[in-house]
Amino acid sequence: MGVEGIGARVLRKEDKRFITGKGKYTDDMVVPGMKHAAFVRSPHAHAKISSIKVDTAQAKSGVIAVLTGSELKADGIGNLICGWMIHSKDGTPMKMGAWSPLATDKVRYVGDAVAIVIADSKGEARDAAEAVEVTYEELPVVVNALDALQPGAPEIHAEAPDNLIFDWDLGDETATNEAFAKAAHITKMDIVNNRLVPNAMEPRATLGVYDSGEDHYTCWTTSQNPHVARLVMSAFYNVAPENKLRVIAPDVGGGFGSKIYIYPEEIVCLWASKKTGVPVKWVADRTESFLADAHGRDHVTHAEIAFDKDNSILGLKVQTIANLGAYMSLFSSCVPTYLYATLLSGQYAIPAIHANVKTVYTNTAPVDAYRGAGRPEATFVLERIMETAARELNVSPAELRRKNFVRSFPHQTPVIMCYDAGDFDATLDAAMKAADYAGFEKRRQEAKKSGKLRGIGMSCYIEACGLAPSSAVGSLGAGVGLWESAEVRVNAVGTIEILTGSHSHGQGHETTFAQLAAERFGVPIDSVSIVHGDTDKVQMGMGTYGSRSGAVGMSAIAKALDKVEAKAKKIAAHLLEADEADIEIKDGDVRVAGTDKSVPWFQVALAAYTAHNLPSGMEPGLKEGAFYDPSNFTFPGGCHICEVEIDPETGTTEVVQFVAADDFGKIINPMIVEGQVHGGLAQGIGQALLEGTHYDENGQLLTASYMDYTMPRAFDLPSFKVMNTETACPSNPLGVKGCGEAGAIGSPPAVINAITDAIDNNDLAMPATPQIVWAAIHASK
Amino acid sequence: MAKVELVVNGRAVKGEAEDRTLLVHFLRENLGLTGTHVGCDTSQCGACVVHVDGKAVKSCTMLAAQASGSTVTTIEGLSLNGELHPLQAAFREHHALQCGFCTPGMLMSSADIIRRHPEGLDEATVRLELEGNICRCTGYHNIVKAVLDASEKMGKGAEKAA
Repeated sequence: MGVEGIGARVLRKEDKRFITGKGKYTDDMVVPGMKHAAFVRSPHAHAKISSIKVDTAQAKSGVIAVLTGSELKADGIGNLICGWMIHSKDGTPMKMGAWSPLATDKVRYVGDAVAIVIADSKGEARDAAEAVEVTYEELPVVVNALDALQPGAPEIHAEAPDNLIFDWDLGDETATNEAFAKAAHITKMDIVNNRLVPNAMEPRATLGVYDSGEDHYTCWTTSQNPHVARLVMSAFYNVAPENKLRVIAPDVGGGFGSKIYIYPEEIVCLWASKKTGVPVKWVADRTESFLADAHGRDHVTHAEIAFDKDNSILGLKVQTIANLGAYMSLFSSCVPTYLYATLLSGQYAIPAIHANVKTVYTNTAPVDAYRGAGRPEATFVLERIMETAARELNVSPAELRRKNFVRSFPHQTPVIMCYDAGDFDATLDAAMKAADYAGFEKRRQEAKKSGKLRGIGMSCYIEACGLAPSSAVGSLGAGVGLWESAEVRVNAVGTIEILTGSHSHGQGHETTFAQLAAERFGVPIDSVSIVHGDTDKVQMGMGTYGSRSGAVGMSAIAKALDKVEAKAKKIAAHLLEADEADIEIKDGDVRVAGTDKSVPWFQVALAAYTAHNLPSGMEPGLKEGAFYDPSNFTFPGGCHICEVEIDPETGTTEVVQFVAADDFGKIINPMIVEGQVHGGLAQGIGQALLEGTHYDENGQLLTASYMDYTMPRAFDLPSFKVMNTETACPSNPLGVKGCGEAGAIGSPPAVINAITDAIDNNDLAMPATPQIVWAAIHASK
Repeated sequence: MAKVELVVNGRAVKGEAEDRTLLVHFLRENLGLTGTHVGCDTSQCGACVVHVDGKAVKSCTMLAAQASGSTVTTIEGLSLNGELHPLQAAFREHHALQCGFCTPGMLMSSADIIRRHPEGLDEATVRLELEGNICRCTGYHNIVKAVLDASEKMGKGAEKAA
């Protein structure tokens, strides 16, 4: 590795603009004539719209237009869709209810958009939005997924009369029942995975600009995948043909999944810009984000695990009810199915697994992928039940896990996934050593002396990243392929631009991606620029989510670099009158191996563009593109150990130690990888201890601000001990697995296992707030 | 409309704004200083922290008219003469930022924390003092390290440099 190549702890190129206040986020964009939008949103969770009167609002100061859904429909703008088809076990397709970008006849959750107001200033737009008179006829409300499945529950969509979207199965039910029949021990649990609000610090925003001279639209938006946004808005929502629609996602202030989807606001602002003839900007306020960003998780599960007399796992049964909210968001259907049930084998050799998942409409915000997306839910189920089983069997939780680890690869699970590589003993050992697991009992006794309850809990997770082989996801119902594209442009002076379809919104692509070129050609990373986030610059891409930018995005870059390297070597061989096979590129020089004959990198580039002396028949230029479609998912895995101390008088939990030992395969920049883990851990610990999303029985979101929804703050968290072991991933050229979601996947069960260990009561809901922990302590007495 | 006169990052500025205009909006929209961010509506997240007359203030809790007559430093004015402030350098060195959205407020708050603790800082104090600033990316681990490091490096000169 060079000082800036693969594996180097390189400081981030992008930092300078962020630490000096020069970042350019969507809300920072200003274009001539720009006006401001406010949305009129439903105050009711479920109601018929009897009438919408806009006259008063329209007459208010500064108002340019008040537009409603009927006008949108009249202009042919389509309904929002879910892009992944799931079939129920009886073969019927999922029941997708219509989602109009602006509701026309019915509203289905508090925050459902009804109209847009465009005015000179944001304040005037908001004042006028309050003056839009919508008459509602309230309908009965259901917010809880179990209630929504009860006979007689309010019907939310006519397309799904019983609120059931699909009833889906994975695995062999008969084989699993047979395995359970032979069991020496069965552990059963009911497990709830709490609903979360993603809360990227930058609220969603969009600026729609219609150019009547060119009949062309530009959409600035807070997106993790601008090309997918363009594709979907063009192909499904009829906003504009792709060649007439440019989508730009500039600096984006965090995503965590919530900025994957195409929401009503982008569509409506683009349409409204044409309708009114002015550029239209909308920026969510935080409460709007709470109400109308896609939420995460919200599963209710019953699980059973069967062991033989030697404590080997025989089988696993899982029944889950997943709340998808009022509408099916873009990828909502794949989260509780192919990103969830396929991971239920965890790190263990389980001969038989059967999972059933029912997804349900309720009068709540749509639910979709949030950091980890399905995999945290699977890990929570499996790692809670493994810990519980160990307690019931009176064996060490570490040893029960170790006994059942998968140790030979490839390993085909009974739930589709084929693990390609891993060493679960290595991460378990590393974590136990770092956590001084062996010395815990002594610490517990020490804590007891000062009246504190100390507990320890672990979680051994696996996840599937590098989404995903296109043909595989296509066969499972995905509406898109999940490859990635890259283009490497070497300029005539040897500097390099790498165009990528991945999108960075905190992940540091401008640095890590440049490190690939530095490694390959020995050029300084300052001479490598990463271009992303603009459909006019990068031809096509699938964006950043599912820890895919490393395994898929960087693999595409590696492929393009291969092609550039091959051509550069041909040119150099010609210039140096040597055999192409003898050419090596090192430290910025192109050399004939074993000789002192060399030519500087920039001269090879220059030769490619002057084209005065190229090999016969070679095209000028040094620019290559590649599409990379992965051959398999990647499987990061690891072990997280949490140690807590609880004050039994108040129920307050302090995380006194958190260890994460992760195997992410080859690591390009350890500093950035550690940062990803820290952030994931904070979100996972936040889910376990702090973050609760509460709707009342009328469907009002009670936790719709930072006054009510507890975001993890600095004093809620410890400093983390993070470390890596490494098994190279055989499924991509760089050997990388992905690291973005691991922290949020592994940590919640480790925290809850630790608390339940401390308080000697296994019945504990997330978030384990002081009140909940205090009640659990007293319930166990 | 209110008349607003400020000294921002060393330069005298004048402007008019609706009476209800918050300082953060005046900075962003009237002055084009978009480094100061808005991350919430309830003065919780701290993305909008600036210094008003030398003290950290959430610029979403103050009307522009209220601030009139004050001296304001925003993130754009934290570094002088093209050199990074020690905190900015420490944030980069310790990878204390990811998406960068909370970063300006974090930096402005941290500068104030260091100024108020000339005796030096420890981890627990930094974590407590950062209560008013939310970061969703970093888990605070590296932010805490960066603030401690900057505080150490600024040493006795902390008060002056902050």
